[in-house]
Amino acid sequence: MTRIALIFLGAFAAIAMSFTALTLLPRLQLSTVEPTPGTADYTYSEQLGREVYQQEGCMYCHSQQVRPEGFGSDVARGWGPRGSRPGDYVYDDTHQLGTMRTGPDLHDIASRQPSRDWHLAHLYQPRSVSPGSVMPAYPYLFEVKKESSVMASETTVPISPEYAPPGDSVVVATERALALYDYLMTLELEPMDREASN
Amino acid sequence: MSDDSSTPAPSAGTSQSDVKWRRVVDASTRWPVIAFVVSGTFWLVVGSLLALIASFKFQFPDWWTQQAWLTFGRVRPAHLNTMIYGWISMAGVGVSAWLWARLLKTKLRGRGLLLLSAALWNVGVLVGTIGILAGYSRAIEWVEMPYAAFAFIVPAMGLLVVSFIRTLWHRHARHLYISVWYLGAAILWGPLLVVAILLPIYSGVPEATANWWYAHNILGLWITPPGLAAAYYLIPKVIGRPVHSYHLSYLGFWTLALFYNWAGVHHLVGGPAPQWVATVSIVFSAMMIIPVIVVAVNHHLTVVGHFKKLKYSPTLRFVVFGAMSYTAVSLQGSLQSFRYWQEVTHFTHYTIAHSHLGVYAFATMIAFGAIYYIMPRVTNWEWGSKRLVSLHFWTTGLGIGAYFTALTIGGVIQGFQMLDPDVAFLQIVEDTRPWLVVRSVSGTLMTVGHLVFAYLLAKIVVQSGERPDGPTYFHPVPAGTFEHVGGDGARSVPSGPAEESAS
Repeated sequence: MTRIALIFLGAFAAIAMSFTALTLLPRLQLSTVEPTPGTADYTYSEQLGREVYQQEGCMYCHSQQVRPEGFGSDVARGWGPRGSRPGDYVYDDTHQLGTMRTGPDLHDIASRQPSRDWHLAHLYQPRSVSPGSVMPAYPYLFEVKKESSVMASETTVPISPEYAPPGDSVVVATERALALYDYLMTLELEPMDREASN
Repeated sequence: MSDDSSTPAPSAGTSQSDVKWRRVVDASTRWPVIAFVVSGTFWLVVGSLLALIASFKFQFPDWWTQQAWLTFGRVRPAHLNTMIYGWISMAGVGVSAWLWARLLKTKLRGRGLLLLSAALWNVGVLVGTIGILAGYSRAIEWVEMPYAAFAFIVPAMGLLVVSFIRTLWHRHARHLYISVWYLGAAILWGPLLVVAILLPIYSGVPEATANWWYAHNILGLWITPPGLAAAYYLIPKVIGRPVHSYHLSYLGFWTLALFYNWAGVHHLVGGPAPQWVATVSIVFSAMMIIPVIVVAVNHHLTVVGHFKKLKYSPTLRFVVFGAMSYTAVSLQGSLQSFRYWQEVTHFTHYTIAHSHLGVYAFATMIAFGAIYYIMPRVTNWEWGSKRLVSLHFWTTGLGIGAYFTALTIGGVIQGFQMLDPDVAFLQIVEDTRPWLVVRSVSGTLMTVGHLVFAYLLAKIVVQSGERPDGPTYFHPVPAGTFEHVGGDGARSVPSGPAEESAS
């Protein structure tokens, strides 16, 4: 019995230690982190967009963490003016840091590409604005309808002729597509003094 | 015990009473083992189909885009979750239950609880898979299934623990073989890990460190131990010689227990997590070399001198393939945590190759090997076709080999290109494409293997047709090769334990 107790206690102690060190301590250490300048809580629409981002699994191809200068070439690629910091994430209740870059990092996408028309066209058909892309198209975030039946409150998306719907039909963004755009526009890193708080 | 004996040690293991208790114990595990192994295999097939959909989308990005539930970002996590919580967890429990009873020399207790556990588990994975596809993903890597799924899986794990503890309580074995250590620790670690990651206390960057603490550990502390336990039992058993150094195996266990669970956060090297967290993880990742070398010594040196047996025994072939992959994946993992190599390979397909080397080439191949050994003993039937078993081995073996090679090379190229800001991003996308074609082809190959395996499993479970002659070997076996164990598939022949190695 003593040997069994030893195995179980040892196994428990091992996992309890690493749990404390790798999950509870960082939580404690970062609990007082201030949001970085430009980081604000999400509005209703931005939060909805964030849910779309999570639901459709954008994270599996797009990271949200710019590596600092001297580690990787993220800054040189124009993916952000600086490395990401804990203060950039204080309002992120499901972190979307990601581990894969089949597509580019998005943590500063709002500075790099602010155009709404571009983003909506890209979501409707990535290859219409980015030839050679392997990103999935998301036609289900849009409606195709007759131009005559589009209401004034609706957002029509200009699509290049090759991918545009035939005849007098046009592509109209759904609330979810617009919300996703709103969320993407929150992803912006403001330059900071290198010495500033961690 | 003995380090150099190549002859099976004579022991009490060959007596008639020994044969009898093994039959009784094997029979007691029958329905739980069948329930878990068959369920796991069902999820293996589902997960393979999801994987193929996800992979082929890189060749045909405009294929199946009208339906939200078939988009890449949903199918991919559905694939991962069915494979981890469906296939390898359930198959692992099936294999563990059998090993547990065998090694404790007593009937499996709480068999009804285990059947209930399998049922709950299946409902959980079903709810979780549908949930992810329907858009209810929790969007945390490796724990995407919604809470509703874990509401079934956590109690299922609880029932499993009760059954295992009760069996332990009634054990007849005085000596606890090293496999028991691994399995006992895993049934403690698994439920603790899952409960810990479900706590609603994380957000922002600390959530990311918790995430990778969990994801790495569910692999290292829940999926790896049954794999090692099975290899520790089956390699000596089939070959008929004791583990190379039994004392080393204790060292291997404790160093794994102490080091592995610190290693996961190396996924965040260079990210926004506090530097010390990543540094700690790198240090422990490097220290993992110790348990890996120990296990490698024990598994590989036990096989040395007996390689010709790989020609005949399906169990041995799969398990040795898996054990070699364990050495490879672990050394690769240690290397990969270093900052220089992280800088290149992080965020690339190299990581995907690495995780498949672990979950597939190691854990899955050992599970296949173990199931080939166990099923004839619990069903009292034999495998239907050695040619199909052979087909299963070659499709999965070559499949994962090609998969790993392609994504590793492609990932390293991708990584170096990404480090050079003068290479346009779309150029990298273009250059990665051929490697992803290889992935789709090798994935197809593996899926064919899984369908063959599912077919063989269905046949042995329902005991279809004439009882095939057994045991199943790839080739006619020269006299004397496996006599000490009575062969891979036979139950009627006394199977003498290789002394300390496995009894």
